[in-house]
Amino acid sequence: MSIFIDRNTKLVVQGITGRDGSFHAKQMLEYGFHAKQMLEYGTCVVAGVTPGKGGQTFENSVPVFDTVADAVAATGANTSVIYVPPPFAADAMMEAADSGISLIVCITEGVPVLDMTRVYPYVQDRKARLIGPNCPGLITPGMSKVGIIPGRICTPGHVGVVSRSGTLTYEVVYQLTRAGIGQSTCVGIGGDPINGTSFIDCLQAFEADPDTRAVAMMGEIGGTDEQQAAEFVRAHMSKPVVGFIAGQTAPPGRRMGHAGAIISGSAGTAAEKLEAFKSAGMGVAQRPVDFVPLLKERL
Amino acid sequence: MNIHEYQAKDIFRRYGIPVPPGDVATTPDEAERIARAYGTGVVVKAQVHAGGRGKAGGVKLAKTPADARAAAQQIIGMQIKGLTVPKVLVTPAADIASEAYAGVIVDRGSKRAVFMVSPAGGIEIEEVAATMPDKIMRLAVDPRYGLLPFEATRLGFFLYKNARLARDASKILRQLWQAFTGSGGSLAEINPLAVTTGGDLLALDAKMVIDDNELDRRPDIAALRDETAENPSELAARRANLTFIKLDGNVGCVVNGAGLAMATMDLVKYYGGEPANFLDIGGSSNPEKVINALKIITRDPNVKAILFNIFGGITRTDDVANGIVAATRDAPLNVPMVIRLTGTNEEIAVQILQEHGFSAMTDMDEAVQKAVRLATGGKAA
Repeated sequence: MSIFIDRNTKLVVQGITGRDGSFHAKQMLEYGFHAKQMLEYGTCVVAGVTPGKGGQTFENSVPVFDTVADAVAATGANTSVIYVPPPFAADAMMEAADSGISLIVCITEGVPVLDMTRVYPYVQDRKARLIGPNCPGLITPGMSKVGIIPGRICTPGHVGVVSRSGTLTYEVVYQLTRAGIGQSTCVGIGGDPINGTSFIDCLQAFEADPDTRAVAMMGEIGGTDEQQAAEFVRAHMSKPVVGFIAGQTAPPGRRMGHAGAIISGSAGTAAEKLEAFKSAGMGVAQRPVDFVPLLKERL
Repeated sequence: MNIHEYQAKDIFRRYGIPVPPGDVATTPDEAERIARAYGTGVVVKAQVHAGGRGKAGGVKLAKTPADARAAAQQIIGMQIKGLTVPKVLVTPAADIASEAYAGVIVDRGSKRAVFMVSPAGGIEIEEVAATMPDKIMRLAVDPRYGLLPFEATRLGFFLYKNARLARDASKILRQLWQAFTGSGGSLAEINPLAVTTGGDLLALDAKMVIDDNELDRRPDIAALRDETAENPSELAARRANLTFIKLDGNVGCVVNGAGLAMATMDLVKYYGGEPANFLDIGGSSNPEKVINALKIITRDPNVKAILFNIFGGITRTDDVANGIVAATRDAPLNVPMVIRLTGTNEEIAVQILQEHGFSAMTDMDEAVQKAVRLATGGKAA
């Protein structure tokens, strides 16, 4: 078992081919490399979409369509991963939702936040789940991978991982794997101020997943998502949760790389989030490496 | 991206919001000339991307052109929160009957743009929220419809009992919504929104923050960026497509990914050191980025050791290794460097580094401890 993706995931890749002679073509080619990695990992990539490239075949195996609706009609795709450049990402997310895709994973970084205020209710109205944008996607080790999390650092097991970051997630997952602690599903929810799936959505899914026995959660400064998640853990979770917050040394008022990682006034600090974790009875990892003993004693 | 008050006022003016006239001066001479042309008392206001200008002495009332000159003399070049003031706005002094607050901001909780208005203006809205929460009205805007006229009216009557003022305020709020969405804002604020002794509404101060992700599709707004108001090393980093924030410590950090970069800074602190910076070289691998990152970090005289922490996913660690080799060939380092890398093409990266006399570590904690030890001359960790 797992959350959000499994063997029944039928994936369509939006932006699977490059455009000629432009910066965007280069970006998409780089992303094509990741789609190729996904095939090797065993995710069922059933279709690609690039408007104007319908009829082509990617890597001699994946049919390319002009629209997501065409891809869904022809292949029964139920999940989409989006690699299109920022100006087109909002439209791509809405297109996927309107085409009957139930899980939309947007990797693209740099989507304007006002676009996201429109995308979020649009996707909700169509009963789809959006993960991201500005996220590494998710992986159910040994089974299914949607996005860019490196497959070889993961191993199947019983810890659910949820994080706002990319490489920090890799770091923690890698340390867990080295210590023999496998993962049920790892989800990167993204570093933007408005994203489709929250910590609470993931915690709720992990609580319901029989294969997940504990959860590792990596938050960062900015906003109150972690504080609300801590409250959810206290009120609704029977499974143990260990948390970490990046940005304890971050100065207030500065955007630390991620659009959402900013302390506004005195709100959104690491200290207030760690305090919320503690009072919810969660384990608190001071360092990434602390996840290993804290999870071991809880499994 | 932050823009200056005078730039935000220009935008507001374009959308019909009443703002007082004003001109920008970069020298005391210019300030004096502008004040003389107005022929009234003026306010000389520092144009700098930092809050608390008034408290820092960056806003001065000047009764005569000579006073304006003296005020500009003091303000231009002064430091406010570590930033040098490059210019001042000279604007006629207004006679104020009352001050209110009006703003719109993207709210993470409701995932919408939210208006906030308060009849208690002239102080920071966070302070009003903390001390007089019933003096604030909030309204989340449905992005499908925008700010509806009746919503603007509701906000207007919360600000003013007088029907004419309430109607004028609601018009300003609708104009503010247009200015905000039309410029790709993440914040737009009028504080204070003043009632003059003549009974008119006037946006005496203006603040806008633009969402960086909007700049590619709004070249006119992107052109408002004032590079003279930025920290020089942060400016150099931005030009090299790096995210860099200068801090006060002595361990220079080069990391890929924002979350890992923050976690690395935190670990430096955990082991008794102080990070000199936040630096994210981003996801795509490009040796050029590493070269630029090292240039920027070594410019900081406080840096006593450099720490690379690279977890290769999209980033190929061999590209980073090639960047390190190229950068140190061009400009040999005079501080020690600790390299931690793991992930994509790790074996190739280690080989490249070893061939050029560098050693690489794979454990994050060990690497951070070593960097802290080197930076402090063996006193910490």
